[in-house]
Amino acid sequence: MDAFWIILTGSLVAVSCSMLGTFLVLRKMSMVGDAISHSVLPGIVIAFFIAGSMQSVWMLLGAGILGILTTFLIEFFHQKGKLQADASIGVTFTWLFALGVILVTYYAGNAHIDQDCILHGEIAYVPIDLIYTNSGNPIAPKAVIILTVVLILILLFIFLFYKELFITTFDSSFATAIGISTSKWHYALMSLVSLTTVASFESVGAILVVALLITPAASAYLVTNQLKSMLILSSVFGVFSSFLGYWLSYILDGSIAGAMVTVSGAIFACCYIITRFKK
Amino acid sequence: METLIEFFSFKYPNIKYVVFGAVLLSISSAVVGCFTFIKKKSLVGDVISHAVLPGICISFMISGSKDPFLLIIGAFISGWISIIVMDAIIQNTKIKEDAATGLSLSVFFGIGILLMTYIQHSGNASQSGLDTFLFGKAAALVGKDLVAFSIIAFIVLITVFAFYKEFKLISFDPNFARVIGLPIKKLEMVLTSVTVLAVVTGIQAVGVVLMAAMLITPAAAARFWTNRLSKMILLASVFGAFSGVSGAYISYSAPSMPTGPWMVMILSIIALFSFFFAPRKGIVVRQWRRFSIRRQLLEENLLKAFYRIGENSGEHYSVVAVDDIRLIRNFSSAQLVKGLRKLKTHGYVKKTSQNWLLTKEGFEKGKRITRLHRLWELYLTKYLRIAPDHVHEDADTIEHVITPELEARLEKLLEYPTSDPHSSEIPK
Repeated sequence: MDAFWIILTGSLVAVSCSMLGTFLVLRKMSMVGDAISHSVLPGIVIAFFIAGSMQSVWMLLGAGILGILTTFLIEFFHQKGKLQADASIGVTFTWLFALGVILVTYYAGNAHIDQDCILHGEIAYVPIDLIYTNSGNPIAPKAVIILTVVLILILLFIFLFYKELFITTFDSSFATAIGISTSKWHYALMSLVSLTTVASFESVGAILVVALLITPAASAYLVTNQLKSMLILSSVFGVFSSFLGYWLSYILDGSIAGAMVTVSGAIFACCYIITRFKK
Repeated sequence: METLIEFFSFKYPNIKYVVFGAVLLSISSAVVGCFTFIKKKSLVGDVISHAVLPGICISFMISGSKDPFLLIIGAFISGWISIIVMDAIIQNTKIKEDAATGLSLSVFFGIGILLMTYIQHSGNASQSGLDTFLFGKAAALVGKDLVAFSIIAFIVLITVFAFYKEFKLISFDPNFARVIGLPIKKLEMVLTSVTVLAVVTGIQAVGVVLMAAMLITPAAAARFWTNRLSKMILLASVFGAFSGVSGAYISYSAPSMPTGPWMVMILSIIALFSFFFAPRKGIVVRQWRRFSIRRQLLEENLLKAFYRIGENSGEHYSVVAVDDIRLIRNFSSAQLVKGLRKLKTHGYVKKTSQNWLLTKEGFEKGKRITRLHRLWELYLTKYLRIAPDHVHEDADTIEHVITPELEARLEKLLEYPTSDPHSSEIPK
């Protein structure tokens, strides 16, 4: 049963991340996703000390705010300060991350929180934290429920606003011309990225989130030219990484998240080789 | 104050190690960071710092020891491979730089985590401490680390110094460098090696995530103060060194505080200050300049309107009501209130109970703007053959920036005209 919950959790994260990652890769903003996944740390810490516990709602809120702030700061330094985009991303996320680490150490000792447990959340512990019915029967792990909600939100978002996302991604000047605000959709997408990041953090850790945001989408991008098939294919790759990754970690007795990332990297390598040979 | 004196007297050897270690690594990564910044590849540092992990693990698995030099060699090799992988993806596929960066970063790190947990679970007792590479341990530097740091920092600085001109060329203008026959591939290799070296040493002090900042932040901050590469490198090194010393001091005076994150925090504060307040390039200065240009435009447009009113009535020094100005040009109420107040403080207009009165200076200025406007309209119709009803907008823009010299030449070219294309008089 544990294996089932772990693979399910991995797959839920994989599908959410791959869907959003597809848009990040196409919009050439993959590194913003990476930045967000690090810079939400101070938000989580502050939320933790306001709420006094690892209450998921507060953490989501704190991290969500920080995620949007990160996106805003990167844009701000880039647009107003004329700082080149790569440096703008680098300065912003490392600064916020350093702030987060300082806050964590400042509060360390009087609370059960450290950067290790936030950033390197362990997917192996997912089945331990169960939610029970009133009569005391376990329903499902907490992470699974949260991640299912997040996935439904993302699917709804993409399904309802497919046209807007499509246009702003591929032709932002046309989008502006017909009255669709590129920056509004930019921020909407980034809010979802921060939401997903935080929801996944607790259970799978930051590495897996960043890897799953970028790698399956990039692999799918190599083998298809269509947005719809890219969305589906990247999700399939993601789920596949989750399955094979669990198996690999079982064999090697190593980190499950690390193994899932390794498998997604191997999938990318396969796609890369296939496209190279086709030429 | 006492801790400050105690700190800088270097009474305890450990303080000496931490300070020198922090300063050395900050300077070498700041110097290298300037080049990656100019190449617009700042995030390369982030990739390398994540990608060294598998190398460290493999080197430990092969050698079975934690000898820093062996680990650094492993780290160096896998850092290098990550860059090759990243460049291969960018060159051979349609995947762009950002995705290639993130991909190579996360996959290498994932493999590293898998290997590290594999080592940990395999029950090798001597593995403990490998994960200091993840978070850094600046405050726990010892003499042995310092020797390694100094050697590597020395290599980095000497290389940059020796190849300064070449590095500068391949960073700013690789095509030109190729044309004049520089061995670009080899130079790029040297530069990448130096970058990987700087990152590999830095990680041990500040950890994987914050290493990126040691490269990017000083360079980004320095860029706001200067346009010269040599000055930029010098400034970045100063910022880096300062952050090294103050980071070490903070964790000395408050022992629970981590050195690495504080170094990055100090660097970031310097950078944020530079972004906002640097002369010429700072955001505040830039916004102020925009604001004052907008104000100048408003003032000059108002004076032009005053002049037109005077022209229509034939009397330039009679009282003007706000509504009269509105008839000439559609100013918003806020613009009118602000602009008129400014004009009054500059002595261009006077206020009489409800209305406004042009002064001599105001009249002269309004006349000049009108003159420039009409001269330019005439120039456009006469020389560029633009229809008279299309020239107004352009003249409205340019009238604010024409210098007296240009004005004189325009007049001469147009043979001292007296009326513009709309047959309004060009005032003398």
